[in-house]
Amino acid sequence: MLGVQLAALVGTPAGVEEALGLADGLDDALVHGLGRLGEQRAAALAALAGALEGSPLGRPVSEATGKLAAGSVADEQIAALAGARAAVFGAVHDALLARLDAALGRERAAWEEPAGTGGGDVPANLLSGCRSWLNELAIAGWRGVDHDLVSASDQTLEAVLAEPRLRRLGVLLDGLAAELRASCPVATMDRLPVRRWADLWARGVLLAQPGLPGGGAPETVSGRLLPLGVDVHEHGTAVQIEVHGVLESSGGTRLVRTGVAAPKVDTIVGPAVWQLLGGHPVLMAALAERRSVTVQDLPLSAGHLRWDDARATLAEAADPFATARLMLAGSVAPAVPPLERHPVRISEPVLVEGHTVNGTTWSLDGHEIEVDVERLPSCGPLTPALVAASTSCIGLLRWDGGRWRLQPLAVQATVKKKPVEAHTGDWALGPTDPKVVKAVAKSGDVVTVLRERAGRLLRK
Amino acid sequence: MNADTAAWEQHSAARVVPPVEPRKLAKVPFVELADGRLQGVVSSGSDAARVYVSSITASTYGFSCSTNNNRPCGGLSGYYTCKHLQALADEAVRQYGLDRVARYLRVEVGEGENLIDRMKGRREPAPAAVVFSRFLRHLAYLELPETVEPLPEMHWFPSSSAGVR
Repeated sequence: MLGVQLAALVGTPAGVEEALGLADGLDDALVHGLGRLGEQRAAALAALAGALEGSPLGRPVSEATGKLAAGSVADEQIAALAGARAAVFGAVHDALLARLDAALGRERAAWEEPAGTGGGDVPANLLSGCRSWLNELAIAGWRGVDHDLVSASDQTLEAVLAEPRLRRLGVLLDGLAAELRASCPVATMDRLPVRRWADLWARGVLLAQPGLPGGGAPETVSGRLLPLGVDVHEHGTAVQIEVHGVLESSGGTRLVRTGVAAPKVDTIVGPAVWQLLGGHPVLMAALAERRSVTVQDLPLSAGHLRWDDARATLAEAADPFATARLMLAGSVAPAVPPLERHPVRISEPVLVEGHTVNGTTWSLDGHEIEVDVERLPSCGPLTPALVAASTSCIGLLRWDGGRWRLQPLAVQATVKKKPVEAHTGDWALGPTDPKVVKAVAKSGDVVTVLRERAGRLLRK
Repeated sequence: MNADTAAWEQHSAARVVPPVEPRKLAKVPFVELADGRLQGVVSSGSDAARVYVSSITASTYGFSCSTNNNRPCGGLSGYYTCKHLQALADEAVRQYGLDRVARYLRVEVGEGENLIDRMKGRREPAPAAVVFSRFLRHLAYLELPETVEPLPEMHWFPSSSAGVR
């Protein structure tokens, strides 16, 4: 990445602040509850509806806000509101990503609406169970959330999590429920994560609608995958690794993502999470040993390579920094599926070199960017100190809270005059730093302890 | 919205629940702050097949300890806690940090003071069966299959360096 590219990112694209302001009106109504809107908040919802006028969402949203103002809250109105909010954030996502692509000179494939119909039958009672909990939350408002309202989701969530086709919804709502549970009673909280909870709520409402479009038929690809780095996502009961890489196949050189997610519990933290992903030894070895992988007939859909260890073989060593230097610029990025378009998903791999470091502010030819060191995963070797000592960095550009930040995935650094290199996936086969091995040993093998208990108690 | 000072409230990836600290799980496999209580499951010191369900209620500090079959713990008396409750409190502090536990239970703990000594409660009934079934539900997560389908919603839940190391 160059200084001029950073310079091109400065400033928020036109309309973004206004669009977010409209969504803020809905988010504020969700704080206090749709059950008692009041004139001012009803007007804010009407403004949101007004912004969508002329779009296919215009009429349903304006009808919904009218009914909400009159005190009627039902599935239909909730769905319309969530749809309106998703449309606004989708537009913000598109504007930001277009700005980023233009700055980086990144070519992005156009979205092609998949042929085919819905994503298959999912149990309707589970979806309606989720919707009714989300409706209750919206009516009560975050300020009205108490232990009973959180616990009301328990049974439905348990059933949703057991349904593989609803994993996205289950993992999302489980994360939201845990945050609400930890914050109960919410009325006594000093400040609320207003946008975040509205984000999670709105996506939950959409994923709980029947007949959500499926992904369509994926393309089948064979070729060579060169990993760039690993982004780790984690809440109390789930962990996901998302591998960013370059795929060379007959379809050209493309930026792709692949990964694995596993359920977990909150006490499994740090390097122990890799143990949960051990069912994919080829992928883990590729990360830990920094090697490329030859893949055969893997489904590729909207830039996501559906991983199958049985169709992958480890190939030669592939330094992610070399991949980034040589191939990042010439690789085509995938289109983002419409239902995933939200600024929080923007995570574009870049290579930063020759920067000067001032705390967490880096500058390149006088242009600055903040580095997000809070996002360094505890399951890998990257530390704020290593990041501060870096001379090169592979990272993801993200946008949140009105600004761009760089999330490091790998660094080359100079420590005590010696070159060192660290990647978030270095410990995919277990920690390699003796100090960390010792620290992890202190809490014992938590995954084995819990699995043993589960085996004993759940199958009695 | 000023780009440099956008409020925490306007962050999509704002952190709400800090990750817990790693700890040994053999003695106290399950600890949670939920339903207005610190509650969890403590292994019996003498019988590998037996566990105790222990809990302390926020504000009143009412405590309870019994086996998962609802037999009261022999170490418990009117105003005195048993070793299981002590272990529960110690592990909760290890897992969540003293501040978070004390805040949840609404108890003030001064420097050098022990959490459980600051809570003068008395024995009161608690739903042991509910806590035990929450423990089983907790364990059931480990039996759910992994997935290779993308979970884009996890972008709202970044991993963090806080807590560990």
